[in-house]
Amino acid sequence: MSNTAQPAILVLEDGNVFKGCAFGKIGTTTGEICFNTGMTGYQEVFTDPSYYGQVLIMNNVHVGNYGVNDADIESDSIKIKGLICRNLEEQFSRFQAKGSLDEYLKKNNIVAIEDVDTRALVAHVRQKGAMNCIISSEELDIEKLKQQLAQCPNMDGLELASVVSTEKEYELGDPKSPIKVAVLDYGVKKHILECLVQRGAHVRVHPAKTSVSRLKEFNPNGYFISNGPGDPAAMDYAIDTVKELMNEGKPMFGICLGHQLLALANGVDTFKMHHGHRGLNHPVKNLVTGQCEITTQNHGFGVNPESIRNNPNLEITHVNLNDGSIEGIRVKGKPAFSVQYHPESTPGPHDSRYLFDEFVKMMKSN
Amino acid sequence: MPKDNSIKSVLIIGSGPIVIGQACEFDYSGSQAARSLREEGIKVILINSNPATIMTDPMMADRVYLLPLTPESIEQILQENQIDAVLPTMGGQTALNLCKEVDELGIWQKYNCRLIGVDVAAIDTAEDREKFRQLMLKIGVKVAPSKVANSFLEGKEFAQEIGYPLVIRPSFTLGGTGGGFVHSKDDLDEALQRGLTASPIHEVLVEKAVLGWKEYELELLRDKNDNVVIICTVENLDPMGVHTGDSITVAPAMTLSDSSFQDMRNQAMLMMRSLGNFAGGCNVQFAQDPQTEQLIAVEINPRVSRSSALASKATGYPIAKIAAKLAIGYSLDELKNQITQTTSAYFEPALDYVIVKIPRWNFDKFKGANDTLGLQMKSVGEVMAIGRSFTEAIQKACQSLENEAVGLGYYGKSLMKSDELVDYIKTPKWDRIFRIKDALMAGVTVKTIVQATGIDRWFIYQIQKICNIEREIANHNIDSLPEDLLKEAKKNGFSDLQICKILHGDCDEEQIYEKRKALGITRVYKMVDTCAAEFEAKTPYFYSTFEG
Repeated sequence: MSNTAQPAILVLEDGNVFKGCAFGKIGTTTGEICFNTGMTGYQEVFTDPSYYGQVLIMNNVHVGNYGVNDADIESDSIKIKGLICRNLEEQFSRFQAKGSLDEYLKKNNIVAIEDVDTRALVAHVRQKGAMNCIISSEELDIEKLKQQLAQCPNMDGLELASVVSTEKEYELGDPKSPIKVAVLDYGVKKHILECLVQRGAHVRVHPAKTSVSRLKEFNPNGYFISNGPGDPAAMDYAIDTVKELMNEGKPMFGICLGHQLLALANGVDTFKMHHGHRGLNHPVKNLVTGQCEITTQNHGFGVNPESIRNNPNLEITHVNLNDGSIEGIRVKGKPAFSVQYHPESTPGPHDSRYLFDEFVKMMKSN
Repeated sequence: MPKDNSIKSVLIIGSGPIVIGQACEFDYSGSQAARSLREEGIKVILINSNPATIMTDPMMADRVYLLPLTPESIEQILQENQIDAVLPTMGGQTALNLCKEVDELGIWQKYNCRLIGVDVAAIDTAEDREKFRQLMLKIGVKVAPSKVANSFLEGKEFAQEIGYPLVIRPSFTLGGTGGGFVHSKDDLDEALQRGLTASPIHEVLVEKAVLGWKEYELELLRDKNDNVVIICTVENLDPMGVHTGDSITVAPAMTLSDSSFQDMRNQAMLMMRSLGNFAGGCNVQFAQDPQTEQLIAVEINPRVSRSSALASKATGYPIAKIAAKLAIGYSLDELKNQITQTTSAYFEPALDYVIVKIPRWNFDKFKGANDTLGLQMKSVGEVMAIGRSFTEAIQKACQSLENEAVGLGYYGKSLMKSDELVDYIKTPKWDRIFRIKDALMAGVTVKTIVQATGIDRWFIYQIQKICNIEREIANHNIDSLPEDLLKEAKKNGFSDLQICKILHGDCDEEQIYEKRKALGITRVYKMVDTCAAEFEAKTPYFYSTFEG
């Protein structure tokens, strides 16, 4: 934030241009623009694989205040494609911090732009909807950037989960545990696995395109369908897997993309949202208990509410109090359920972690 | 389940005279509550002994009683009116204490008047330090080691056990009256005597002082279904040791990671839920060890407080108004966010700006008063500023103090040498923030200032940013001042007057204004909308800033 800072530029698909200063890696990046309203937990957000392919605006005006460390991560690297902020802080303060956000962005080759009127930008995205964008701190010619931006693929119909999924199987937790969970990894967050392990589960994490027979070989007590990036409707392989596993009748729990996949496997369609839900303050009502929970959300696709209401096999368990969107479903007569939001909530309020307890309870009694 | 229809008339208790430690914030909450209840068709009767308030304007309530805040007055009101319920949480500790006194006399019961928005046992637990401590221990929330003393001798004995530094906190007093820090054995006798005298029940808490820990405040709302939301998290720039009312405070919290914030949120919710069964607002304060991030609970106030008035303005979320609706039986998910009018009132506001509150003291009017800040609140008011960065907000706040400060960047010039400044800022006083800036300008390092003050280094770095801009401006006169630098100065909250005072040579405020206008560096207006622009706002309010 000094007047000697290198200029950077942000160009939106609709031709709007925002100027700012370079931060992180000097370079050029493209992706779908979206915004997150959370006021804490930037490192967890940046490393969340569900953000793969996206350029993120942080609505909160100061980012980087408490540096970065090794614990607050959701995967081994930054997954956002680019970052847009009002004030990115080089100077940080936290006893547990290992370094500054700037160094971290550079190390991860992430191009960022700061000193942008993020509020005006967010209001624009809110009105016009999700679109692609390009940030550059090396090329300031707007026409050239527009040409490059035109090459960026549309998120609608894009399959990204297999790109961020693990390449090799791995296991976590106590191998002697009586509770075994087979995780279908489409970009699973570390803390989701931790929530399962903390509850005593032994988990085996599988690459996105693992065959059903291989999954069954583990002889799990339940299946977990993970979160992840991209368009769920473009994931036929996963929809087929979920369908087949569902017939086995074992407990099944899906989060975010996993929720959309469970819906798709039950014949419900999904759609690309206008600009999605991303933040730590989304109100959800549990229709079963009547209680409310403040949830962490990160999704640009949603499940079709009409199609769920008309589906005789599904029951709506959770709704969003802001826009009435479907936040949770249960398959009638089967121990399978899913939520659109993130109950592991890293970052975010811990109101919904009871869902992991329910999943574990289901596996124990099944 | 919507509101409780058996409540047709409600008595609101005001906070009485404006004193240091309890000012017009309760006028704000009382007025909001009255409006909120009348919106529901409920008859509002109001008692306050202070006629110089908005809430006692004839149009605010159906009937206003300007009477002393005593049980006799309450009984008179109950005789003259059919009152179904009393809402005592809007008038600070004064109203709660009166409500409790009336309750003990059995008057509420006699007139069949229900208490809403509060639980008498909760008031008791929150105000009685020992009960509070016991409850915290029971639910597994850490508190500072402490003991309750009812006599001078007992107090001395405990002080020896606990060790120094320690705090003496009298029970049931306002704004920390009579409390104080004891750094060594020599100061104990006087502090103990003062504390015992100040407490109406001759009781003090002798507590280990966690000086230098970071201090945070959370504002919570709970409905009858036990849904809880955190409306605002406020970080005190001044570490533990300075009364919150005398601290410079910032929202949202600037130096909290998510893991430590969630820890705080979980504990605050646990505390509120364990305190009793009431629907309404609540304020929880924590101290945090900056090294381990371990928390200890400092206090809980089961009512609308000074901080909730600030939190309402800081977030746009009308806490008192919603708390009043919760008290008459609504649940949060049934109510709408008053600002967007389309989304739910059950949510946690997101901010895309920074709020800085600076207290305003009047030591020049209280000659001979000890101007060292501590447990007892001494400020007579406060200013709140909004900016798109901490630097902008703190400078705007300084400019609003009406004390000759022209932003943080210019406040006369200190005649103290750098080592004198370092020594001076060790003691919290009203002008500490200005002297910190002086010390930075004199070349004192951030590390030295952090050591001297215990203030988190993030804030000191931010102040250094302001110093760096000031130094750059000082190299120029009005003609040579570059556009980029002028823009950066404006974004960091420098006023035109401040800039012209720093520049070389003669120029006035008007010239700076004309220059930046010609360059297109002009104000833009942003909304306070509770949701960081995620939703369209219907009834927003605005602040000015510089962008681009």
